Amino acid sequence: MRNLHKSFGSVAVLRGVSLDVPRGVCTAVMGGSGTGKSVLIKHIVGLMAPDKGAVWVHKQRVDRLKEAELDKLRLRVGFLFQGGALFDSMTVAENLDFILSRHSALGASARAERVQEALEWVNLGNKSGDFPAALSGGQRKRIALARSIILKPDILLCDEPTTGLDPVSVRVVSELLVRLRDALGITIVSITHDLLCAEITADRTCFLHQGRVVEEGTLAMLKASSHPELRNFFGAHA
Amino acid sequence: MRDLIVGALERTAGLTFFALEFCKKCFRRPFEGRELLNQMDEAGSKSLLLVVVTGLSIGAVLSMQSRGTLARFGAESVLPSMLALSVIKEIGPVLTSLVLAGRLGAGIAAEIGSMRVTEQIDALEVAALKPFNYLVVTRVLACMVMFPVLTICCDVVALTGGFLESVIAAGTDYRLFIDRAFADVRLSDVTFSTAKTSVFGLIVGIVGCEMGYHVRGGTREVGRSAMQAVVLSSLLILVADVFLVRISLALFGG
Repeated sequence: MRNLHKSFGSVAVLRGVSLDVPRGVCTAVMGGSGTGKSVLIKHIVGLMAPDKGAVWVHKQRVDRLKEAELDKLRLRVGFLFQGGALFDSMTVAENLDFILSRHSALGASARAERVQEALEWVNLGNKSGDFPAALSGGQRKRIALARSIILKPDILLCDEPTTGLDPVSVRVVSELLVRLRDALGITIVSITHDLLCAEITADRTCFLHQGRVVEEGTLAMLKASSHPELRNFFGAHA
Repeated sequence: MRDLIVGALERTAGLTFFALEFCKKCFRRPFEGRELLNQMDEAGSKSLLLVVVTGLSIGAVLSMQSRGTLARFGAESVLPSMLALSVIKEIGPVLTSLVLAGRLGAGIAAEIGSMRVTEQIDALEVAALKPFNYLVVTRVLACMVMFPVLTICCDVVALTGGFLESVIAAGTDYRLFIDRAFADVRLSDVTFSTAKTSVFGLIVGIVGCEMGYHVRGGTREVGRSAMQAVVLSSLLILVADVFLVRISLALFGG
Protein backbone atom coordinates (compact mmCIF):
# COMPACT_ATOMS: atom_id res chain seq x y z
CA MET A 1 0.00 0.00 0.00
CA ARG A 2 1.19 3.46 -0.85
CA ASN A 3 0.54 6.71 1.00
CA LEU A 4 -2.80 5.56 2.39
CA HIS A 5 -5.04 8.21 3.93
CA LYS A 6 -8.37 7.62 5.62
CA SER A 7 -10.48 9.96 7.72
CA PHE A 8 -13.81 9.56 9.47
CA GLY A 9 -15.35 13.01 9.63
CA SER A 10 -12.68 15.25 11.07
CA VAL A 11 -10.70 12.38 12.57
CA ALA A 12 -7.73 11.36 10.42
CA VAL A 13 -7.10 7.67 11.15
CA LEU A 14 -4.52 6.84 8.49
CA ARG A 15 -2.13 9.59 7.50
CA GLY A 16 0.05 8.33 4.71
CA VAL A 17 0.71 4.66 5.46
CA SER A 18 3.04 2.87 3.05
CA LEU A 19 3.72 -0.81 3.57
CA ASP A 20 5.09 -3.73 1.54
CA VAL A 21 4.14 -7.29 2.45
CA PRO A 22 6.42 -9.92 0.91
CA ARG A 23 4.90 -13.16 -0.32
CA GLY A 24 4.96 -16.17 2.01
CA VAL A 25 5.93 -14.37 5.19
CA CYS A 26 3.99 -13.31 8.25
CA THR A 27 3.91 -9.57 8.78
CA ALA A 28 2.62 -8.27 12.07
CA VAL A 29 1.24 -4.75 12.17
CA MET A 30 1.55 -3.60 15.74
CA GLY A 31 0.48 -0.51 17.61
CA GLY A 32 -1.66 0.68 20.47
CA SER A 33 -5.46 0.80 20.45
CA GLY A 34 -7.05 3.32 18.10
CA THR A 35 -4.03 3.74 15.86
CA GLY A 36 -5.86 2.59 12.73
CA LYS A 37 -4.64 -1.01 12.50
CA SER A 38 -8.07 -2.51 11.78
CA VAL A 39 -8.90 0.29 9.34
CA LEU A 40 -5.65 -0.47 7.53
CA ILE A 41 -6.36 -4.17 7.09
CA LYS A 42 -9.91 -3.54 5.86
CA HIS A 43 -8.50 -1.58 2.92
CA ILE A 44 -6.70 -4.69 1.68
CA VAL A 45 -9.99 -6.49 0.87
CA GLY A 46 -11.91 -3.41 -0.18
CA LEU A 47 -14.10 -3.27 2.93
CA MET A 48 -13.04 0.37 3.09
CA ALA A 49 -11.94 2.70 0.32
CA PRO A 50 -9.03 5.07 0.91
CA ASP A 51 -9.50 8.83 0.73
CA LYS A 52 -6.09 9.03 -0.88
CA GLY A 53 -3.37 6.54 -1.80
CA ALA A 54 -3.48 3.07 -3.30
CA VAL A 55 -3.66 -0.55 -2.20
CA TRP A 56 -2.14 -3.21 -4.42
CA VAL A 57 -2.75 -6.95 -4.02
CA HIS A 58 -1.47 -9.47 -6.58
CA LYS A 59 -0.59 -6.58 -8.91
CA GLN A 60 -4.17 -5.32 -8.84
CA ARG A 61 -5.13 -1.96 -7.46
CA VAL A 62 -7.87 -2.87 -4.99
CA ASP A 63 -9.54 0.52 -4.68
CA ARG A 64 -10.12 0.66 -8.45
CA LEU A 65 -11.37 -2.88 -9.00
CA LYS A 66 -14.86 -3.46 -10.37
CA GLU A 67 -17.25 -5.51 -8.25
CA ALA A 68 -16.66 -8.79 -10.12
CA GLU A 69 -12.87 -8.34 -10.04
CA LEU A 70 -12.95 -7.50 -6.36
CA ASP A 71 -14.99 -10.66 -5.69
CA LYS A 72 -12.39 -12.74 -7.53
CA LEU A 73 -9.62 -11.18 -5.47
CA ARG A 74 -11.52 -11.71 -2.23
CA LEU A 75 -11.71 -15.43 -2.92
CA ARG A 76 -7.91 -15.50 -2.78
CA VAL A 77 -7.82 -13.67 0.56
CA GLY A 78 -8.97 -15.13 3.87
CA PHE A 79 -10.01 -12.80 6.68
CA LEU A 80 -9.99 -13.67 10.36
CA PHE A 81 -12.13 -11.15 12.20
CA GLN A 82 -11.43 -9.90 15.69
CA GLY A 83 -14.53 -11.51 17.20
CA GLY A 84 -14.53 -14.46 14.82
CA ALA A 85 -17.70 -13.21 13.06
CA LEU A 86 -19.09 -16.73 12.89
CA PHE A 87 -22.66 -16.92 11.61
CA ASP A 88 -24.43 -17.66 14.86
CA SER A 89 -27.55 -19.16 13.28
CA MET A 90 -25.44 -21.92 11.72
CA THR A 91 -23.51 -24.83 13.17
CA VAL A 92 -19.73 -24.91 12.90
CA ALA A 93 -19.86 -27.20 9.83
CA GLU A 94 -22.54 -25.05 8.19
CA ASN A 95 -20.39 -21.97 8.75
CA LEU A 96 -17.65 -23.51 6.68
CA ASP A 97 -19.88 -25.24 4.14
CA PHE A 98 -21.88 -22.06 3.55
CA ILE A 99 -18.87 -20.42 1.91
CA LEU A 100 -17.60 -23.56 0.24
CA SER A 101 -20.93 -24.46 -1.34
CA ARG A 102 -21.18 -21.07 -3.03
CA HIS A 103 -17.67 -20.87 -4.37
CA SER A 104 -16.80 -24.41 -5.37
CA ALA A 105 -18.21 -27.02 -7.69
CA LEU A 106 -17.69 -29.78 -5.12
CA GLY A 107 -20.49 -32.19 -4.31
CA ALA A 108 -21.98 -32.50 -0.84
CA SER A 109 -19.74 -35.38 0.28
CA ALA A 110 -16.56 -33.75 -1.06
CA ARG A 111 -17.51 -30.53 0.69
CA ALA A 112 -18.16 -32.38 3.95
CA GLU A 113 -14.69 -33.93 3.65
CA ARG A 114 -13.09 -30.52 3.03
CA VAL A 115 -14.94 -29.04 6.00
CA GLN A 116 -13.80 -31.87 8.24
CA GLU A 117 -10.24 -31.49 6.96
CA ALA A 118 -10.28 -27.75 7.82
CA LEU A 119 -11.67 -28.50 11.27
CA GLU A 120 -9.00 -31.14 11.86
CA TRP A 121 -6.43 -28.50 10.90
CA VAL A 122 -7.49 -26.41 13.86
CA ASN A 123 -7.88 -29.52 16.06
CA LEU A 124 -11.62 -29.11 16.42
CA GLY A 125 -12.87 -31.96 14.27
CA ASN A 126 -15.34 -32.99 16.97
CA LYS A 127 -17.13 -29.61 17.05
CA SER A 128 -18.77 -29.70 13.62
CA GLY A 129 -22.32 -29.98 14.98
CA ASP A 130 -21.99 -27.29 17.65
CA PHE A 131 -23.30 -23.77 17.38
CA PRO A 132 -20.82 -20.89 17.88
CA ALA A 133 -22.55 -19.87 21.12
CA ALA A 134 -21.53 -23.20 22.66
CA LEU A 135 -17.82 -22.64 21.97
CA SER A 136 -15.16 -20.92 24.05
CA GLY A 137 -13.45 -17.75 22.79
CA GLY A 138 -10.37 -19.67 21.69
CA GLN A 139 -12.42 -22.33 19.93
CA ARG A 140 -14.44 -19.65 18.12
CA LYS A 141 -11.21 -18.07 16.87
CA ARG A 142 -9.94 -21.43 15.63
CA ILE A 143 -13.22 -22.19 13.85
CA ALA A 144 -13.11 -18.73 12.31
CA LEU A 145 -9.56 -19.50 11.20
CA ALA A 146 -10.74 -22.77 9.65
CA ARG A 147 -13.49 -20.87 7.83
CA SER A 148 -11.06 -18.26 6.55
CA ILE A 149 -8.85 -20.93 4.94
CA ILE A 150 -11.64 -23.15 3.61
CA LEU A 151 -11.20 -21.75 0.09
CA LYS A 152 -7.41 -22.24 0.30
CA PRO A 153 -6.46 -18.57 -0.01
CA ASP A 154 -2.91 -17.38 -0.67
CA ILE A 155 -3.24 -14.44 1.72
CA LEU A 156 -4.65 -14.47 5.23
CA LEU A 157 -5.53 -11.25 7.03
CA CYS A 158 -5.94 -11.51 10.79
CA ASP A 159 -7.52 -8.72 12.78
CA GLU A 160 -6.36 -9.15 16.38
CA PRO A 161 -6.26 -12.98 16.17
CA THR A 162 -5.54 -13.43 19.88
CA THR A 163 -7.39 -10.56 21.57
CA GLY A 164 -9.36 -11.66 24.59
CA LEU A 165 -7.77 -15.11 24.75
CA ASP A 166 -5.92 -16.68 27.65
CA PRO A 167 -2.15 -17.24 27.17
CA VAL A 168 -2.62 -20.93 26.34
CA SER A 169 -5.16 -20.11 23.61
CA VAL A 170 -2.92 -17.29 22.35
CA ARG A 171 -0.14 -19.83 21.86
CA VAL A 172 -2.49 -22.35 20.18
CA VAL A 173 -3.88 -19.80 17.69
CA SER A 174 -0.44 -18.29 17.02
CA GLU A 175 1.09 -21.70 16.36
CA LEU A 176 -1.76 -22.47 13.96
CA LEU A 177 -0.87 -19.33 12.01
CA VAL A 178 2.75 -20.44 11.83
CA ARG A 179 1.65 -23.87 10.60
CA LEU A 180 -0.47 -22.23 7.90
CA ARG A 181 2.47 -20.18 6.72
CA ASP A 182 4.91 -23.08 6.77
CA ALA A 183 2.69 -25.86 5.44
CA LEU A 184 0.54 -23.99 2.95
CA GLY A 185 2.80 -21.06 2.11
CA ILE A 186 0.10 -18.54 2.98
CA THR A 187 1.11 -14.88 3.24
CA ILE A 188 -0.17 -13.59 6.56
CA VAL A 189 -0.83 -10.02 7.65
CA SER A 190 -1.66 -9.97 11.32
CA ILE A 191 -2.90 -6.93 13.17
CA THR A 192 -1.99 -7.31 16.81
CA HIS A 193 -0.92 -5.63 19.97
CA ASP A 194 -0.27 -8.99 21.58
CA LEU A 195 3.47 -9.38 22.02
CA LEU A 196 3.34 -13.15 22.55
CA CYS A 197 1.41 -13.58 19.29
CA ALA A 198 3.90 -11.37 17.44
CA GLU A 199 6.86 -13.26 18.91
CA ILE A 200 5.48 -16.60 17.73
CA THR A 201 4.18 -15.58 14.31
CA ALA A 202 5.95 -12.50 12.94
CA ASP A 203 8.76 -12.67 10.40
CA ARG A 204 8.46 -8.94 9.90
CA THR A 205 6.79 -6.27 11.94
CA CYS A 206 5.83 -2.67 11.52
CA PHE A 207 4.61 -0.26 14.15
CA LEU A 208 1.71 2.08 13.55
CA HIS A 209 1.32 5.26 15.54
CA GLN A 210 -1.09 8.12 14.91
CA GLY A 211 -1.93 6.81 11.46
CA ARG A 212 1.68 6.42 10.28
CA VAL A 213 4.22 3.59 10.15
CA VAL A 214 6.93 4.78 12.52
CA GLU A 215 9.18 1.71 12.42
CA GLU A 216 9.62 -1.44 10.32
CA GLY A 217 11.81 -4.52 10.65
CA THR A 218 12.07 -7.63 12.78
CA LEU A 219 10.46 -7.71 16.20
CA ALA A 220 13.93 -7.45 17.75
CA MET A 221 14.57 -4.27 15.75
CA LEU A 222 11.31 -2.76 16.94
CA LYS A 223 12.12 -3.65 20.53
CA ALA A 224 15.52 -1.98 20.18
CA SER A 225 14.09 1.15 18.60
CA SER A 226 14.70 4.48 20.29
CA HIS A 227 11.32 5.86 19.17
CA PRO A 228 9.54 7.01 22.36
CA GLU A 229 6.23 5.42 21.39
CA LEU A 230 7.90 2.05 20.75
CA ARG A 231 9.84 2.27 23.99
CA ASN A 232 6.60 3.05 25.76
CA PHE A 233 4.76 0.17 24.01
CA PHE A 234 7.36 -2.49 24.66
CA GLY A 235 8.06 -1.11 28.11
CA ALA A 236 4.41 -1.57 28.95
CA HIS A 237 4.55 -5.14 27.61
CA ALA A 238 7.78 -6.07 29.37
CA MET B 1 -36.00 21.56 16.16
CA ARG B 2 -33.44 22.03 13.40
CA ASP B 3 -31.72 18.77 14.42
CA LEU B 4 -35.07 16.99 14.33
CA ILE B 5 -35.77 18.17 10.77
CA VAL B 6 -32.25 17.35 9.59
CA GLY B 7 -32.53 13.93 11.24
CA ALA B 8 -35.88 13.25 9.58
CA LEU B 9 -34.53 14.31 6.17
CA GLU B 10 -31.45 12.13 6.60
CA ARG B 11 -33.60 9.17 7.59
CA THR B 12 -35.91 9.72 4.60
CA ALA B 13 -32.95 9.96 2.22
CA GLY B 14 -31.37 6.86 3.76
CA LEU B 15 -34.56 4.83 3.38
CA THR B 16 -35.08 6.05 -0.18
CA PHE B 17 -31.55 5.09 -1.27
CA PHE B 18 -31.89 1.77 0.49
CA ALA B 19 -35.21 1.07 -1.29
CA LEU B 20 -33.64 1.99 -4.64
CA GLU B 21 -30.71 -0.31 -3.91
CA PHE B 22 -33.21 -3.06 -3.12
CA CYS B 23 -34.99 -2.52 -6.47
CA LYS B 24 -31.64 -2.69 -8.29
CA LYS B 25 -30.35 -5.77 -6.46
CA CYS B 26 -33.65 -7.66 -6.89
CA PHE B 27 -32.74 -8.30 -10.50
CA ARG B 28 -29.03 -8.98 -9.97
CA ARG B 29 -27.31 -12.27 -9.20
CA PRO B 30 -26.95 -14.07 -6.90
CA PHE B 31 -30.62 -15.01 -6.46
CA GLU B 32 -30.95 -16.50 -3.00
CA GLY B 33 -33.95 -18.79 -3.59
CA ARG B 34 -33.39 -21.08 -0.65
CA GLU B 35 -32.87 -18.21 1.78
CA LEU B 36 -36.00 -16.55 0.38
CA LEU B 37 -37.99 -19.69 1.24
CA ASN B 38 -36.43 -19.71 4.74
CA GLN B 39 -37.43 -16.11 5.25
CA MET B 40 -40.94 -16.73 3.94
CA ASP B 41 -41.23 -19.53 6.47
CA GLU B 42 -39.87 -17.23 9.18
CA ALA B 43 -42.23 -14.41 8.25
CA GLY B 44 -45.21 -16.60 7.41
CA SER B 45 -45.64 -19.77 9.37
CA LYS B 46 -44.05 -18.38 12.52
CA SER B 47 -46.38 -15.37 12.50
CA LEU B 48 -49.51 -17.37 11.74
CA LEU B 49 -50.58 -18.01 15.32
CA LEU B 50 -50.23 -14.33 16.18
CA VAL B 51 -52.31 -13.32 13.17
CA VAL B 52 -54.96 -15.97 13.86
CA VAL B 53 -55.41 -14.94 17.49
CA THR B 54 -55.54 -11.26 16.49
CA GLY B 55 -58.08 -11.91 13.73
CA LEU B 56 -60.30 -14.13 15.83
CA SER B 57 -60.52 -11.72 18.73
CA ILE B 58 -61.01 -8.66 16.51
CA GLY B 59 -63.81 -10.35 14.55
CA ALA B 60 -65.61 -11.42 17.71
CA VAL B 61 -65.13 -8.07 19.48
CA LEU B 62 -66.20 -6.06 16.43
CA SER B 63 -69.35 -8.14 16.19
CA MET B 64 -70.13 -7.75 19.90
CA GLN B 65 -69.44 -4.01 19.98
CA SER B 66 -71.33 -3.15 16.81
CA ARG B 67 -74.48 -5.14 17.46
CA GLY B 68 -75.76 -2.91 20.27
CA THR B 69 -75.17 0.31 18.32
CA LEU B 70 -76.74 -1.03 15.15
CA ALA B 71 -79.70 -2.38 17.09
CA ARG B 72 -80.43 1.12 18.44
CA PHE B 73 -80.94 2.25 14.84
CA GLY B 74 -82.82 -0.89 13.87
CA ALA B 75 -79.97 -1.84 11.55
CA GLU B 76 -78.82 -5.07 13.18
CA SER B 77 -79.36 -6.90 9.92
CA VAL B 78 -76.47 -5.02 8.27
CA LEU B 79 -74.00 -6.34 10.85
CA PRO B 80 -72.66 -9.24 8.71
CA SER B 81 -72.16 -6.94 5.73
CA MET B 82 -70.53 -4.22 7.83
CA LEU B 83 -68.30 -6.78 9.49
CA ALA B 84 -67.18 -8.28 6.18
CA LEU B 85 -66.53 -4.92 4.53
CA SER B 86 -64.66 -3.40 7.45
CA VAL B 87 -62.55 -6.52 8.00
CA ILE B 88 -61.72 -7.10 4.33
CA LYS B 89 -61.21 -3.48 3.31
CA GLU B 90 -59.43 -2.02 6.29
CA ILE B 91 -59.17 -3.75 9.62
CA GLY B 92 -57.72 -7.02 8.34
CA PRO B 93 -54.97 -5.53 6.15
CA VAL B 94 -53.94 -2.73 8.50
CA LEU B 95 -54.13 -4.70 11.72
CA THR B 96 -52.24 -7.65 10.25
CA SER B 97 -49.56 -5.31 8.93
CA LEU B 98 -49.21 -3.49 12.25
CA VAL B 99 -48.95 -6.74 14.17
CA LEU B 100 -46.36 -8.01 11.69
CA ALA B 101 -44.48 -4.71 11.85
CA GLY B 102 -44.10 -5.35 15.58
CA ARG B 103 -42.92 -8.92 15.19
CA LEU B 104 -40.97 -8.84 11.94
CA GLY B 105 -39.76 -5.23 11.89
CA ALA B 106 -38.11 -5.57 15.27
CA GLY B 107 -36.83 -9.06 14.51
CA ILE B 108 -35.27 -8.07 11.19
CA ALA B 109 -33.63 -4.92 12.57
CA ALA B 110 -32.28 -6.75 15.60
CA GLU B 111 -30.98 -9.74 13.63
CA ILE B 112 -29.27 -7.73 10.91
CA GLY B 113 -28.08 -5.16 13.45
CA SER B 114 -26.41 -7.78 15.60
CA MET B 115 -24.83 -9.28 12.48
CA ARG B 116 -23.46 -5.83 11.67
CA VAL B 117 -21.94 -5.15 15.08
CA THR B 118 -20.41 -8.63 15.28
CA GLU B 119 -18.87 -8.18 11.80
CA GLN B 120 -20.89 -11.07 10.31
CA ILE B 121 -21.96 -8.80 7.44
CA ASP B 122 -18.32 -7.90 6.77
CA ALA B 123 -17.54 -11.62 6.85
CA LEU B 124 -20.14 -12.20 4.13
CA GLU B 125 -18.71 -9.30 2.14
CA VAL B 126 -15.10 -10.53 2.23
CA ALA B 127 -16.26 -14.01 1.27
CA ALA B 128 -17.78 -12.42 -1.87
CA LEU B 129 -21.24 -13.49 -0.74
CA LYS B 130 -23.24 -10.29 -1.39
CA PRO B 131 -24.80 -9.64 2.01
CA PHE B 132 -27.36 -7.23 0.57
CA ASN B 133 -28.82 -9.95 -1.65
CA TYR B 134 -28.60 -12.58 1.03
CA LEU B 135 -29.94 -10.57 3.96
CA VAL B 136 -31.98 -7.69 2.58
CA VAL B 137 -33.49 -8.77 -0.73
CA THR B 138 -34.69 -12.08 0.71
CA ARG B 139 -36.27 -10.52 3.79
CA VAL B 140 -38.01 -7.71 1.97
CA LEU B 141 -39.37 -10.04 -0.73
CA ALA B 142 -40.51 -12.49 1.95
CA CYS B 143 -42.42 -9.67 3.66
CA MET B 144 -43.97 -8.55 0.36
CA VAL B 145 -45.17 -12.08 -0.38
CA MET B 146 -46.26 -13.14 3.10
CA PHE B 147 -48.12 -10.00 4.21
CA PRO B 148 -50.98 -10.58 1.72
CA VAL B 149 -51.09 -14.30 2.57
CA LEU B 150 -51.32 -13.57 6.29
CA THR B 151 -53.87 -10.84 5.64
CA ILE B 152 -56.13 -13.36 3.92
CA CYS B 153 -55.71 -15.64 6.92
CA CYS B 154 -56.57 -12.79 9.26
CA ASP B 155 -59.64 -11.83 7.19
CA VAL B 156 -60.93 -15.41 7.16
CA VAL B 157 -60.36 -15.90 10.87
CA ALA B 158 -61.84 -12.50 11.80
CA LEU B 159 -64.98 -13.24 9.80
CA THR B 160 -65.14 -16.65 11.42
CA GLY B 161 -64.85 -14.97 14.83
CA GLY B 162 -67.65 -12.57 13.95
CA PHE B 163 -69.71 -15.44 12.55
CA LEU B 164 -69.29 -17.59 15.66
CA GLU B 165 -70.11 -14.71 17.95
CA SER B 166 -73.24 -13.86 15.94
CA VAL B 167 -74.43 -17.45 15.61
CA ILE B 168 -73.51 -18.79 19.05
CA ALA B 169 -73.88 -15.73 21.30
CA ALA B 170 -76.53 -13.72 19.49
CA GLY B 171 -78.43 -16.56 17.85
CA THR B 172 -78.26 -15.19 14.30
CA ASP B 173 -79.21 -17.69 11.63
CA TYR B 174 -75.98 -18.91 10.03
CA ARG B 175 -77.46 -18.93 6.49
CA LEU B 176 -78.61 -15.36 6.92
CA PHE B 177 -75.18 -14.30 8.18
CA ILE B 178 -73.34 -15.85 5.25
CA ASP B 179 -75.86 -14.53 2.75
CA ARG B 180 -75.69 -10.96 4.09
CA ALA B 181 -71.94 -10.89 4.78
CA PHE B 182 -70.80 -11.18 1.21
CA ALA B 183 -73.69 -9.44 -0.53
CA ASP B 184 -71.88 -6.09 -0.75
CA VAL B 185 -68.30 -7.31 -1.06
CA ARG B 186 -66.81 -6.75 -4.52
CA LEU B 187 -63.86 -8.63 -5.93
CA SER B 188 -61.92 -5.36 -6.16
CA ASP B 189 -62.43 -4.85 -2.40
CA VAL B 190 -60.71 -8.12 -1.69
CA THR B 191 -57.94 -7.89 -4.29
CA PHE B 192 -56.89 -4.28 -3.77
CA SER B 193 -57.08 -4.38 0.01
CA THR B 194 -55.09 -7.59 0.14
CA ALA B 195 -52.57 -6.46 -2.47
CA LYS B 196 -51.89 -3.21 -0.65
CA THR B 197 -50.40 -5.17 2.23
CA SER B 198 -47.58 -6.04 -0.15
CA VAL B 199 -46.68 -2.34 0.03
CA PHE B 200 -46.89 -2.55 3.83
CA GLY B 201 -44.59 -5.59 3.66
CA LEU B 202 -42.16 -3.57 1.56
CA ILE B 203 -42.23 -0.80 4.18
CA VAL B 204 -41.64 -3.16 7.10
CA GLY B 205 -38.88 -5.02 5.24
CA ILE B 206 -37.06 -1.93 4.03
CA VAL B 207 -37.29 -0.08 7.35
CA GLY B 208 -36.24 -3.13 9.40
CA CYS B 209 -33.35 -4.00 7.11
CA GLU B 210 -32.12 -0.42 6.76
CA MET B 211 -32.18 0.17 10.51
CA GLY B 212 -30.23 -3.02 11.12
CA TYR B 213 -27.86 -2.74 8.17
CA HIS B 214 -26.60 0.69 9.12
CA VAL B 215 -26.47 0.31 12.87
CA ARG B 216 -23.21 1.41 14.49
CA GLY B 217 -22.10 0.68 18.02
CA GLY B 218 -23.12 -2.19 20.24
CA THR B 219 -26.09 -4.02 21.70
CA ARG B 220 -27.68 -0.81 22.98
CA GLU B 221 -27.80 0.63 19.46
CA VAL B 222 -29.15 -2.66 18.11
CA GLY B 223 -32.01 -2.55 20.62
CA ARG B 224 -32.70 1.07 19.79
CA SER B 225 -32.76 0.41 16.05
CA ALA B 226 -35.21 -2.47 16.57
CA MET B 227 -37.53 -0.20 18.52
CA GLN B 228 -37.22 2.57 15.94
CA ALA B 229 -37.92 0.10 13.15
CA VAL B 230 -41.26 -0.83 14.75
CA VAL B 231 -42.27 2.78 15.39
CA LEU B 232 -41.27 4.06 11.97
CA SER B 233 -42.72 1.17 9.96
CA SER B 234 -46.02 1.38 11.90
CA LEU B 235 -46.26 5.11 11.19
CA LEU B 236 -45.39 4.64 7.54
CA ILE B 237 -47.99 1.89 7.19
CA LEU B 238 -50.71 4.22 8.51
CA VAL B 239 -49.58 7.09 6.26
CA ALA B 240 -49.28 4.85 3.20
CA ASP B 241 -52.74 3.45 3.91
CA VAL B 242 -54.26 6.91 3.53
CA PHE B 243 -52.78 7.26 0.04
CA LEU B 244 -53.64 3.69 -0.96
CA VAL B 245 -57.27 4.08 0.15
CA ARG B 246 -57.43 7.32 -1.85
CA ILE B 247 -56.12 5.47 -4.91
CA SER B 248 -58.60 2.62 -4.45
CA LEU B 249 -61.48 5.10 -4.19
CA ALA B 250 -60.34 6.78 -7.37
CA LEU B 251 -60.02 3.45 -9.18
CA PHE B 252 -62.97 1.47 -7.88
CA GLY B 253 -65.24 4.00 -6.16
CA GLY B 254 -66.52 3.78 -2.57
